[in-house]
Amino acid sequence: MVSLRPRALLARVPNRGLFCAGAVITLLVIALVIVGMVWMPYEPTAMSADRLQGVSVAHPLGTDKMGRDILSRVMYGSRITLLVALGTMAIGAGLGILVGAVTGYYGGIVDEVVMRVTDGLFAFPSVLLALVFVSLFGSSTLNVMWALGIAFVPSFARVSRSEVIRCKHLDYVKNARLMGVRDVRVIFVHILPNMRGVLLSNLMIGFNNAVLSEAGLSFLGIGSQPPFASLGQMISEAQEVFFIVPSAVLGPGLVIVLMVLGFSLMGEGLRSEEGRMA
Amino acid sequence: MRYVLKKTATMLATLLVVSLLLFVAFQLISGDPATRILGTGATPESLAVLRSELGLDRPLVTRYLSWLLSFAQGDPGVSYVYNQPVATLLATKIPVTLVLAALSFAFMCAMGIPTGIICAKYAGSPVDRIVMVANQVIMATPPFFSGILLSWVLGMGLHLFTPGGYVSYETSVPRFLGYLVVPCLAIALPRAAQLAKLLRGSILEEAGKNYVRTAYSRGNNTSGVLFGHVLKNAFLPALTFLGMSLGTMLAGSLVVERVFGIPGVSSILLASIGNRDYPVILAIVVLIAAVIVVVNLLVDILYKVLDPRIGEE
Repeated sequence: MVSLRPRALLARVPNRGLFCAGAVITLLVIALVIVGMVWMPYEPTAMSADRLQGVSVAHPLGTDKMGRDILSRVMYGSRITLLVALGTMAIGAGLGILVGAVTGYYGGIVDEVVMRVTDGLFAFPSVLLALVFVSLFGSSTLNVMWALGIAFVPSFARVSRSEVIRCKHLDYVKNARLMGVRDVRVIFVHILPNMRGVLLSNLMIGFNNAVLSEAGLSFLGIGSQPPFASLGQMISEAQEVFFIVPSAVLGPGLVIVLMVLGFSLMGEGLRSEEGRMA
Repeated sequence: MRYVLKKTATMLATLLVVSLLLFVAFQLISGDPATRILGTGATPESLAVLRSELGLDRPLVTRYLSWLLSFAQGDPGVSYVYNQPVATLLATKIPVTLVLAALSFAFMCAMGIPTGIICAKYAGSPVDRIVMVANQVIMATPPFFSGILLSWVLGMGLHLFTPGGYVSYETSVPRFLGYLVVPCLAIALPRAAQLAKLLRGSILEEAGKNYVRTAYSRGNNTSGVLFGHVLKNAFLPALTFLGMSLGTMLAGSLVVERVFGIPGVSSILLASIGNRDYPVILAIVVLIAAVIVVVNLLVDILYKVLDPRIGEE
């Protein structure tokens, strides 16, 4: 029986240094978002006469060209970015696992068609897909979430499909079916729990891609609308004043980098050591 | 040869399906273009006249086919907003975006492949560890952010680059390409880091196989085994990655054009999304899809050349 105490679990992580570094970074970002939900130094949309101020005690990251406090805006913006990324993952993983499991289980022509479609989607960059989606349905945060979510369906569908195909001829699954267990239960209770490990790494990679895609889209002005800016949009607005208030670009930029880096370092720490050339 | 023909047929089918889906989606969602052009105050008669002029009174399939035919001949319709042929609007912009993406692609290969090979050869050494951690940071940095940072360091710090100093390729090709170096670097960096990581991983995986031990036992040194035996096999997964990268480069170009004020497709695409100018959006998206599909075909063929076993079951 594997112990579930944190210390015992950590001992099984191949590269503890990287994993812990990633975990600390992720916790910092989450803390920033959670603190921002309870308390922010200023209202993120409140303008003031103190425009384009540098770093000070009153404004730790300075103010933007409308006199808004950048730290407060970063706190608010990272909340939007995090929410969109989580929503994207929920949609992408939920739909993807469902589609992959059902088509893999039943096979046949539907499977063939769905797999060709997901292959096609796979080659198409998520930002472009989101742009098509937004041009059809309008540019709101919710639409961006759906668009990116659909763009992430193929990667999850592939994983769950291959898992279902691998398991459906195994003895224990055949047994369950002989005992009259319904298909739905076979798929979700007997087969899919096997894919936890792969799913975890897919979720981490997917989350990172979602954060980066959302940042790119909001840099282009798509998604959350002003004055409620998400991180990418803050950078886009601050680019012209970069030389006056560097923190207006560096602040939101660093939060994006840390948000992605935390998860990717954790994922890297979980991978076991590879071989050597000689 | 049969393999190539089969793949080409699949490619054409994919392209047809994609363009049909996009065409129908835009037609269904966009509403009536005639009302859009003439405004809501137009008389039913003038609307009917314009509709038949635009060919909107014909069935959807006929419209799709005629659109497809003229698209193939380089005329993807007329913009609602600018009242100009889409081809004219995009003529100077498409080449800029394509050059930007292609150059970024070249940068990605030039940085990613050697880094991956060197890291694999010296796997576990301090150099490898430092590069791999740096890779994680680079992968986490979105191109628009690194673009701003690069133009700051290279422009203000080292005076190697003039932010905002774009030169059209019609004025001077060398200066046009010179300006694109920094944007391309920004687009290519995260993808190059991914490529290096992927290639390193797949070389190390190959290195554990029996044929590698045989190659060593026949007196080859590490470089001999790596370049003579391992690399060709290890490169196959990287090839798939390269095929998918061009799409990423195009998407990256759209974002980074904005950072550096490069007059590519990005500005008109975003303006058209805002204006719901569907002929322009449709043309750009189908064109990008075509580029991506064709590149993937080339990758499939190259795959076959490198590994003749593929597709022979």
